[in-house]
Amino acid sequence: MHDMSSASATQHHAPPQGFIRKHVFSLDHKVIGLQYYGLALVAVFIGMFLSWLMRIHLVWPNSPIPGLHLLSKVGAPNDIMTPEYYLSLLTMHGTLMVFFVLTNAPFAAFGNYFLPIQIGAEDMAFPRFNMMSFWTTFLAFVVLIAAFFIPDGPPISGWTAYAPLSAVGGDAGPGMAYGQTLWGISIAIFCIASLLGALNFIATTLDLRAKGMSLMRMPICTWAWFITSCIALLAFAVLLPACILLCLDRVAGTSFFIPSGLVISDHLQPHSGGSTLLWQHMFWFFGHPEVYIAILPAAGIVSHILVNSLRRPLLSHRVVIGCMMAIGFLSYIVWGHHMFLSGMNPFSAIAFSFPTLVITIPATILTLIWLGSIYGSRLRITSASLFALGFISMFVSGGVSGFFLAQPSIDIYLHATYFVVGHFHLVMGVAAIFGIFAGTYFWFPKMTGHMMNETLGKLHFWGTFIGAYCIFMPFHYLGLVGNVRRYAAFTDDYLVPLIPLHKFITFAALTTGAFQLIFLANLIYSRFKGPKAPVNPWECTSLEWTIPSPPPWNNFGDVHPVVYHDPYQYGIEGSTGDYVMQTSPEKIVTEHDEK
Amino acid sequence: MGKLFAVIVILIAIGSAIPIVMHTWHQPVDISKDGHLIDEQLSDTMVEAGVSFLAAQFVLAFFVFRYADRKDPGKIKSFPGGAKVMVAAAVILVGTEVFALGIMGTRAWSGQYFTPPGQDALTIQSQAGQFAFYFRYPGPDGKLGPQHPDKIDEGAQNFFGLDPANDVDSRDDIVTAELGIPVDKEIRLLMHSKDVGHSFYVRELRVQQDYVPGLDLMVHFTAKTPGRYEIVCTQLCGLGHYNMKAYLNVMSQSDFDAWLKQKASEQ
Repeated sequence: MHDMSSASATQHHAPPQGFIRKHVFSLDHKVIGLQYYGLALVAVFIGMFLSWLMRIHLVWPNSPIPGLHLLSKVGAPNDIMTPEYYLSLLTMHGTLMVFFVLTNAPFAAFGNYFLPIQIGAEDMAFPRFNMMSFWTTFLAFVVLIAAFFIPDGPPISGWTAYAPLSAVGGDAGPGMAYGQTLWGISIAIFCIASLLGALNFIATTLDLRAKGMSLMRMPICTWAWFITSCIALLAFAVLLPACILLCLDRVAGTSFFIPSGLVISDHLQPHSGGSTLLWQHMFWFFGHPEVYIAILPAAGIVSHILVNSLRRPLLSHRVVIGCMMAIGFLSYIVWGHHMFLSGMNPFSAIAFSFPTLVITIPATILTLIWLGSIYGSRLRITSASLFALGFISMFVSGGVSGFFLAQPSIDIYLHATYFVVGHFHLVMGVAAIFGIFAGTYFWFPKMTGHMMNETLGKLHFWGTFIGAYCIFMPFHYLGLVGNVRRYAAFTDDYLVPLIPLHKFITFAALTTGAFQLIFLANLIYSRFKGPKAPVNPWECTSLEWTIPSPPPWNNFGDVHPVVYHDPYQYGIEGSTGDYVMQTSPEKIVTEHDEK
Repeated sequence: MGKLFAVIVILIAIGSAIPIVMHTWHQPVDISKDGHLIDEQLSDTMVEAGVSFLAAQFVLAFFVFRYADRKDPGKIKSFPGGAKVMVAAAVILVGTEVFALGIMGTRAWSGQYFTPPGQDALTIQSQAGQFAFYFRYPGPDGKLGPQHPDKIDEGAQNFFGLDPANDVDSRDDIVTAELGIPVDKEIRLLMHSKDVGHSFYVRELRVQQDYVPGLDLMVHFTAKTPGRYEIVCTQLCGLGHYNMKAYLNVMSQSDFDAWLKQKASEQ
């Protein structure tokens, strides 16, 4: 592991010189990690802002939102949102959140920053590819955001971009001419970036581990990033051609996703021979693993922080890693559960339903291991550990609604209702974001050299935890009544009585959003004025806590770290207290290592 | 602060469960012959999911309450049995639950999708297009004439692209904007999309099925209660998606016959 293999030879690069090399086109995985984090931060606030506009419009459809015409004159004449502009915002909200927040922050940002350090490497295996990954992602972001500034605005087909709505061009409605093409190009570019990133993560993990860092001695979050990169490598490799084919249908006159005989806006479409189900298959073959690309790194980060806060190892880290692998594998054979009502052979619904239900088993084991590990621990409450505990609560709440949607029979009633929206927001959105928050409070001292304000952090936690439940639990009730999602207004006689509940959700969303401003303020204030961070403020055992905060450009200086233990040596008598660092050569009498 | 966390988690868990237990928000009354299968499966699943949800949140709250910020931290203890107990519990309890749900849950599905409609079912074609549903009854000859997409002309009310001049079967077809059906009669609904993906959803019937462009599908159902019910689109189809609806009008057989006769005379 310590030899100069080809991969470890490429990771050496000279100390960066000048502002551009240090902070813009940097090869340093830490700078790239922070760049990903910054991009995700911009994307999450835009995405949240869009959700506010949508929530306000849903409950006061005819009231002007002051200044909205500045965003789009066509989409909001007299500051009142048109139904099509609602769908544009919905599409952009979903796309920004899924790709640029939930994929970028827990996986690309934290993974880039900490995976090399946690395995004792000087940098990623391919630093230039790494730089390219980020700037390609940034380009994808710019192309997507450009859709706001073109005359007909962003696309209206949702983040799932179902064909043929997404494939036939301008006839399909506003935003479907150039906006949808920009969307397709943006996501294709994003796929390239993610493929490069995933390859880099895999090569780094396999080739650059320090002496003594066996695979089983890697922290759980490193494992999660590794497993996630394997998932991402396969998932994005399918979405990329799907987006290319979609763009070809749109601009080159091909018919991959468009069958014959479609009459749209009074035009008989000049296409034939395509299959609309093909898009759905390709999209969801990526789309379902994507859920785990968001949630597994969060689960890994939370496990890492829990172990540290509980001051004891998990009941079994091997089982946790095994469960993550099982979930990663199963995620590839369940995509059809998004398509029960899409006209697939109805027998395939049964075939997709069973593995979906089976995913519950590793997910339950994970939860039980987390819960069982709290028993008899010395739990320290910090902002980071609160978000980690909140993650468990959200993971359970979002997970149990999966029981319903995994069954084709029940999906007949609940499909495309707010029940689905509540389900995936809790388990994929909120839970993953709790993982990001936990990671931020935990690693901020290491990344910036300053401590964050704990009082503001806890205030942020309470507002977000209670607020997220107030927003997303009622979504399930709406779904049970049969409230259809993706409606720009509730004009049906049937849905009008539900508007008070929608108002409650809007109030909760605005309040919870306001609490995020506390987080932003804390982030910016602490970055400059926070107290100086010691090397190891949380008394954590993994390698990133052996080097200065923030780490120097080459992480470990010229020293090659040597690892003697796994990162779970807590709750024992060590020379430094109740824990032993991974790099400490001391013998441990009662090593927790699982046999 | 661990104690506060525990209290809040308990309050959230109970608060979330109250509207479910009290049936504050619930499905509309089922008017179909087979919808009860879905409802029963939904309530069985609700019990299992609800128990799992409450149990996990309570255990989380209790452990955090008990072990957070202990003044005298004492020795680390391990949960009796450790990981083995957890794995066994998850595999046996959840495995059984999942297996039961999986098997039981196929009943309603197979009733709709593996069982063909009866011989005497009434065939009606429905077509979804941006942003309206239309319905076509075969008329006295019992046959639906072929569709010609190039003949579709909304201005001339030729929504289905029929060509009665050349197609004999099309001449007596009856086209309506409302789905009128007789009560207690099985309906075989053919589904055709004119342009993009749509979906047919009648909550009271417990029926939902996508219209897939290029792929004509079929659902079948029997309504038991006369009345007017909303048919809504649930597949994002463009700017008018939120407003795309039609009505299902369930009538007695004699009312239906009179209604269809009147519609035929309006053609």
